[in-house]
Parts: sequence; structure tokens; C-alpha cells
Amino acid sequence: MTETLLEIDNLGVDYETARGDLKALRDISFDVKKGEIVGIVGESGCGKSTLISSILKLTAPNTRFRNGEVRFKGQDLLQNNERQMRSLRGSDISIIFQDPMQTHNPVLSIGAQMVDIQHRSKAAKADKRATAAKMLAAVGIPDPEARLDQFPHEFSGGMRQRIAIAMALMSEPDLLIADEPTTALDATLEVQIIERLHELQREMHCAVLFISHHLGVIAELCDRVVVMYAGAVVESGDVRAIFHDPKHPYTRRLIDCDPGHIKERARVLPTIPGEVPDLANLPTGCIFRDRCEQAGPRCAAVPPLAGIADGHNAACWLNHKGGVS
Amino acid sequence: MSLLSVKGLKTNYGPVNVLAGIDFEVAAGETYALVGESGSGKTTVIRAIAGLAPAQEGSVLFDGQEIRGLPERALRPLRKDIAMMFQDPVGSLSPRLTIGSLITEPYRIQGMRDRDLDAEAKRLLEMVNLPAHFASRYPYQLSGGQARRVGVARALALEPKLILADEPTAGLDVSVQGELLNLLNDLRERLGLAMVIITHNLNVVRHVADRMGIMYLGRLVEEGTTEEIFHKSRHPYTRCLLSANPEPDPDARLERIALKGEPPSLIRRPKGCEFRERCPMAQEICTQTPQWDIQKGHGIRCLAPLS
Repeated sequence: MTETLLEIDNLGVDYETARGDLKALRDISFDVKKGEIVGIVGESGCGKSTLISSILKLTAPNTRFRNGEVRFKGQDLLQNNERQMRSLRGSDISIIFQDPMQTHNPVLSIGAQMVDIQHRSKAAKADKRATAAKMLAAVGIPDPEARLDQFPHEFSGGMRQRIAIAMALMSEPDLLIADEPTTALDATLEVQIIERLHELQREMHCAVLFISHHLGVIAELCDRVVVMYAGAVVESGDVRAIFHDPKHPYTRRLIDCDPGHIKERARVLPTIPGEVPDLANLPTGCIFRDRCEQAGPRCAAVPPLAGIADGHNAACWLNHKGGVS
Repeated sequence: MSLLSVKGLKTNYGPVNVLAGIDFEVAAGETYALVGESGSGKTTVIRAIAGLAPAQEGSVLFDGQEIRGLPERALRPLRKDIAMMFQDPVGSLSPRLTIGSLITEPYRIQGMRDRDLDAEAKRLLEMVNLPAHFASRYPYQLSGGQARRVGVARALALEPKLILADEPTAGLDVSVQGELLNLLNDLRERLGLAMVIITHNLNVVRHVADRMGIMYLGRLVEEGTTEEIFHKSRHPYTRCLLSANPEPDPDARLERIALKGEPPSLIRRPKGCEFRERCPMAQEICTQTPQWDIQKGHGIRCLAPLS
């Protein structure tokens, strides 16, 4: 049994707004084991970003942690103070953000930034610079020594994202959070980035929490997948179980909608009719009920996230005895 | 006769040679996709067609009329027939105008003052499946998908013959992306629109485009029907692009052809085949310059094409 690195346990997060509390995350539970790649997939507004900022405690001022725990190596991060969090961020837990064009400081050379983030190390500056060059080489930037003196605008988008990966991995973190790291890049670069990430992850044995709405990338990279919808986990399990045998109607619809799945030219592509519910004014019962074709009377009650097979969970009455009726 | 015929289109920004001679044609009612990496010049092509980017050489025939290099005054009436959908859906809408005035702005610009603009706004919103009360909203109140639909409504307001769409589904969730593509497909059938669509999502191309052109470094390197490109592509670059398309299936065994390095400089273009240094199949002959070779509607620029 591999050791668990990150455990999200029954996490509930609200945003206080003028319209009342917006229930951004409700009863989120899943874990990430050492050296594992877990994908979080879901559409805009499903709470992916709130989840990441909650793990790092980089939340907006109107955020309220309502209940639950975020345990990292057994310790509840929600109980940590800011000083303790700062010592974790960028050392034990690193993050790669979505937009490589805005991740770096435009007025400092890449080398200066890569030396800066080693501020915890007592090594001499020349050694830090050598480490930076080594890391750039590891992410496939040619001529790293010379390129350290260049500024962000002198690199292409794909290179900047690789530099962001290099910076995130420099501290050899136990957990790397990648927030849609390939969304802003085109397909060839996307493949380059995920392959590079996979390679480095295998070398360093760090765990990765990979957030994306691109199902193809999730399928290719991840060991396990957590599917989120409107602030809740609707299904989680092994990547094969999720893609080959989804047990929640939302997961099924999401996979059906991906045009990558439809090989012949289709006149009409599948969609998910309806809108995501208003999280400040939650509907009762199953969160997906209004858009679900299979909904029945039982869906007026919230279905629990229950085990179907080993490690495969879904929050849907269809998987229970008696179904939705 | 083609609705749009682009010949030898060249664009330079100072020393940067962005387009090095683009040729393609789009028939009425046809959808043509331009595909390629960032920086290959896709956006410049459609901006040059619309007169929004310079084009120093070449010809752009629209409905038989030369429109390259026309002054703004002469272009304005043409903009009734050629509409543009911009890449950034929210950024392309003025934050100070309501959705209603944004989608009827084309009528005001074209001086069509006899129209009942409120009624037009309602009709257009309905056409793109947005509720009529959206007319009084502002862009910041819209989601990305809704802003895209407003962009579509604006582009369709004047019933154009040609739509130039720059990454119309970028950043959209898959379900919303499906909605938008269905909408475009439907409108195209009902109104007989021709479209030039730019996208780097090959899964999208497969479902909307009749024909497609693959761009590399400001040139077309391959062109053909979508069917043919997906199943019988012959240029190594096209194969690289097609293989870099992650499948939503964890067991998919992809024979991925890795693309090496970065695109070369547009200021000092490489000699011979410009893809040579990154090409996994480069041969001796590739030091010579490949010419555009078109047979039975399938064009290719490669001296060692794959079979």
C-alpha cells in the first residue's frame, strides 16, 4: 500500500457574496498517494480553482472554510498559519499556473528569477545558477547557460511553460499542482509539455494533482481521475474505470461530448442541455438532477459518494439497489 | 467560381516575413479550416483578407472583386459580406455597451437606420439561443460561452456571405463547444454561409470543415478535403500535428511522431525545406526547396512525401 500524501476530507468552502453564501465546494473527499498523478476534471465553475487555492491557502478574502480537512503528510493545512504555509509553498508543494505568458516577472531575467526562488538554500549564488541551468536543460531548453540571461519575452509560450515547470520542480516538491498547464498552448506543445512532465515526474517521484478540462490529456497522463461538477465530486476512480466504465451520468455525458471521441464527421455534436446550478441558491437533491436524463424521484435526496468497486466511487442513485425510483 | 480566392498573399512586418505566399480558395457555402502551430500565420491570413493586417503582395478576390489593399472607405461596404469572429470573446466586446447595442452596432455602422434595432437584437439573440433579456446586459455579466454566442450574433447581423472565425471554440468547455459548433453548422446550412475557421483543435476541424489547409511558417504545406487529410495526409508536419492529438481513451496507443525543437526564425528563413530541421523524416533531397504540388485537389509542399 502506497503512502497517502494528500487527503482532502469532507472539505466545504463558501464564498461570502452580496447574494449570500456561495457554496463553492461541498463535501469534497479524495486523496493523492505518493508519486501518483491524479487528474481533476470538470467544466468552468465546477470548483477546480477553488480547490487548488484551498490546498495552498491562497484564497480570496471572502473565502470561508466551512468544514473538513486538507491533510498533507497527515497534518491539516487548514490549521496552519500563514508562516507555516509559506514554508510549504514552493518547497513541499509547488504549482504551475495556466498562463505561461503571465507567470514570470517580465523585468527580471529568467536566471535571476530561478536563483531567487532558491532563497531557502544556503548554496553560493554560482551554485544556484548552475542548478537553474541544469533544471532548464532538464525541461529541454537548449543552451541553458546562455538563456538564463534572457528575459521572459525572449521565450515562446511553450518554452515559458517549460521554464515554469523547471521552477516548480527545482525544490523537488512532494506534490506538484498543475492548474490547466497546457490550456493556453497549441496541440503539439501540449503533447511536448505533458510528455516532459511525465518524464520528470517519474524521475523525481513527486505526486501531481493535474487540473484540466481536456479529457484527452487527462486520459493520457493520469493514474486516477476525480470528476467534479458544480462544487462536488461526482465520481472518482482509476483512469480506466472512469473512461471505460463511467458510473455517473455526468461523467458519461462529458466523455460523450468530447469531439475527440467521435471519429466520423457528425452533423450534430452531443451537448449537455441546461445550465450549471446557481451555487448561491442550491437546488435540493442531486446537483446534476436538472440536467440528467435518467433522473427519478429518489434524486430529490443527495446521493452519497459511494464505492462501486475498489477505489471507484460515484455519487448517483443509479448505482444503488432500487435505482432512482 | 470561388467566393474567396487568395493568391500569393504575402505579409511582412518590417523584416519579419509572416506570410510567404498563401494560396487557397473557398466556395460559397464551404467551410475551410486553417490549422498550424502558434506563429504559423493563421490569424494574419484572415486579418489580411479582412483588411485588418497589411498584405504587401498577392491578391484577394472576393466575389470576383480584388479587395487587397483597398482603402478603409472602400472596404466598409464589403464588411457587410465579410464578417469576423475574433479570438478573445469577451475582449472583442466593448465593456461599455450593452449586448443589445453591441449586436446592432453593425447596422449603425452601415447606416441602416431604417431598421427596428430592438427587434433585430431580439431576432439575433434568438438565433444564437440567448434569451431576449440579455439585450440589456453588459459583457462582464456573460460567461465565455455566452460571449462567444454574442460574437456569432454580431458576425451574422448583416447576413454576410463569408465568416472569418479565429479560434471560435478556444477556452470553451466541451459541452459548450459542442453547442457552438452545432449552432455554426446549423446557421451555415440555413444561410448558406462560407467560413474560414482557424483552430488548433483537430477534433473540431473534423466536425466542421469541408476542406483544410495546414500552415507552417507562413506557407501552406498541405491542403485537401478534411477526410483526405485525416486519413491520407502525406506531409510529415501534418502527420506530426495529427499524432499530437491526445485521445480521451487511456488505452489509446498513439504512434506519436515527436516534433523536435521550435519553429525557425521568420527573419532569416532556413534554406531548402523550411521544416527540414524539425522533420523526423528529413532526407538528403530536403536541402532543395520544395514547390507546391497539387493533384486532384490534394496539395503538398514536400520533396519526400509519405505514402
